[in-house]
Amino acid sequence: MTKVFARTKGLIDVPNHYCPGCGHGIVHRLVAEVLEEMDLLDHTVGVAPVGCAVFAYNYFNCDMYEAAHGRAPAVATGAKRVFPNNCVFTYQGDGDLASIGTAEIVHAAHRGEKITTIFINNAIYGMTGGQMAPTTLVGQRTTTSPKGRDKDLCGEPIRMAELLATIEGSAYIERTAVNNNANIIKTKKAIRKAFETQMERKGFSMVEVLSTCPTNWGKSPIEAMQWLEDEMIPYYPLGVFKEV
Amino acid sequence: MLERDIFAGFGGQGVLLMGQLLAQAALFEGHNVAWLPSYGPEMRGGTANCSVTISDKPVASPIIEHPTSLIAMNAPSLDKFEQAIIPQGKLFINSSIISRKTTRDDLDAFYIPCTEIAVELGQPKVANIAMLGAYVAATKCVSEESIIDALQHKLGERKKHLIPVNREALRKGAEAAGMVMK
Amino acid sequence: MTTKQLMKGCEAIAEAALRGGCRYFFGYPITPQNDIPEYMSARLPEIGGVFLQAESEIAASNMVYGAAGAGARVMTSSSSPGISLKQEGISTIAGAELPCVIVNVMRGGPGIGGIQASQGDYFQSVKGGGHGDYKLIVFGPDSVQEAIDIVYGAFDIADKYRTPVMILADGLIGQMMEPVTMPEFKSDEEIKVEKPWAATGWHEGCGRPRAIINSLYIEDEALEALHERLQARYRIIEQNEVRYEYYNIEDAEVILIAYGTISRVCRSAIDELAEEGIKVGMVRPITLWPFPSQAVLDAVAQPSVKKALAVEISAGQMVEDARLAVNGLKEVAFLGYPGSKIATVEEIIAKVKALREE
Repeated sequence: MTKVFARTKGLIDVPNHYCPGCGHGIVHRLVAEVLEEMDLLDHTVGVAPVGCAVFAYNYFNCDMYEAAHGRAPAVATGAKRVFPNNCVFTYQGDGDLASIGTAEIVHAAHRGEKITTIFINNAIYGMTGGQMAPTTLVGQRTTTSPKGRDKDLCGEPIRMAELLATIEGSAYIERTAVNNNANIIKTKKAIRKAFETQMERKGFSMVEVLSTCPTNWGKSPIEAMQWLEDEMIPYYPLGVFKEV
Repeated sequence: MLERDIFAGFGGQGVLLMGQLLAQAALFEGHNVAWLPSYGPEMRGGTANCSVTISDKPVASPIIEHPTSLIAMNAPSLDKFEQAIIPQGKLFINSSIISRKTTRDDLDAFYIPCTEIAVELGQPKVANIAMLGAYVAATKCVSEESIIDALQHKLGERKKHLIPVNREALRKGAEAAGMVMK
Repeated sequence: MTTKQLMKGCEAIAEAALRGGCRYFFGYPITPQNDIPEYMSARLPEIGGVFLQAESEIAASNMVYGAAGAGARVMTSSSSPGISLKQEGISTIAGAELPCVIVNVMRGGPGIGGIQASQGDYFQSVKGGGHGDYKLIVFGPDSVQEAIDIVYGAFDIADKYRTPVMILADGLIGQMMEPVTMPEFKSDEEIKVEKPWAATGWHEGCGRPRAIINSLYIEDEALEALHERLQARYRIIEQNEVRYEYYNIEDAEVILIAYGTISRVCRSAIDELAEEGIKVGMVRPITLWPFPSQAVLDAVAQPSVKKALAVEISAGQMVEDARLAVNGLKEVAFLGYPGSKIATVEEIIAKVKALREE
């Protein structure tokens, strides 16, 4: 019998804690597959965030750190500077990267830090129970914007890919989504491109992945995929924002 | 021996350097030394000062409340520290820019026209070295050669050509203090 | 001619750190410790190390966490407000059981405070600083030479116990120039410590388990196990690492207790009092944690001693540990000021005389 599918070596064979319909599981697998395919696993060090992916260190089959909230790019900087030949990546959510950790991500890009950031944008704080994120859409209801995000009160959502693309040190910045198969395949290509950028020492690389949070959005997994398509992509356009 | 000196003036007059040269010279002669720059509130007035302690014993407190000598390069420094000098202490006044005399009659006071000396030597930057020459000649706490050694140490090979003018400044300062430096 | 060189405290600390094995430095400018990062930025590349000016103290301390997790000998330095910002990283590093060296050249607080010398961060340094039950090994040097000697050995101690070590210097130590003897560079063999826990890159069969550098212990048992390890380690540190100096304690009537620069003002006061025939001694804690409680108690418990006096550049912080050590056996009075004022030799002498007469 021919084996047509096998679990990637980049993931540890344990059940994950993510909710049904959550995009994290998909993106974990894409990252792991890319690391395996690029033969990087034995010299990869990952940095997990605070957020839903806090336990990512239990899933990725490589040396891992757990960073304080928002600080993954700083931790990755320390790890990379000690072992410049290692492949170092951060895996961060939108509260982590786009709120508390904006200084760290902006300056990692600004230094042209040779790391890769996988940024999961699901427009909400997941782990803490569905609070408003900087990426929450105007009108979107969350536990801290119960009547919907009011742009007069808290501004309009921040577009990190566009922002980071303006920084000289950024070498590859792309936004993708994981709401359908075509987009998932594009996401994997983007992740590969980002890791290639790092290993070619071109500078900072990030893939922003639009992802789903059915639990905190109050939707079924299928509805969540549709909402991402209908509401998120128009505000957060997909595509490559920086490539050198 | 125990010298506890305060060098004070405007920033840019080289008062920190004077103190460092003295500390280095004293170290070359085998003494214990501590050099402490002005630190904290007094920096706000735009004045700089440093404290130099030279001792045969290990230096306990590097903080100088009552200097044995005050080297005042500007008037605010004289006003600030004049009363703190120990009785029978020494006071060196930069008479090029300080017009008043000391108000104390229990001090050995020296009035040194530092700027004029330096200008006469064609090198206005050595005004502080002229003052240091006066101080060294009057206190005899280190030798002129040790100050030159300290200068050489500080200036390095590249600026070695500046040694002669500095040596002249030391001597002119000593002369102004009424002491002939050997 | 002496072989000693005149060096400023901050630069001496930086050079001694390099000679003690420091190869990575992450920092952020703040007065009065700027000479340390400035010196490191020039010297570290010369010896094959990395200096990086971070975007903030928060980032710097997390970069230290990253480098320490990779097994490096890494250091950061700052001054009081910056150290407050670094507490997130310091607590994380302590929780992850990683070694590193942190230098705090203290200035006055609270808030932005001033830039003058202070010992106002004693509580922050020895009682925790960041959140959670952890300790740093904290040294309070009283001279540039002692700062050198401590920093030179600090990386060994940090590696030995897998704990952050803090050098708590006041601004005077940082800015003062004194004659010093600089130790030789430690050899690569000396500074190469086996760190099988470090995140260096891993594959099955590489001879160690997969590294997870982490301060998250979500299961109760895991957190309890961490604390059992930490507390057991702290007891060993208390046994092994206490350092202090006695000065003239025999037959003393009054015992002074002071650390850092102010202990030298006390020394001057003790010498002057001795000339008057008044016997005063001093216990100078060199480690602030572990605090030399037994040494303080032994000195104060001497029959000749009437009272003790703690002197600090603060409103009274270390005095609390001194009182805990003496445990009510005798009075431990206090002299000190927060802010820009430093107790003078005269004030210490007057206070000692007043205490004798009480």
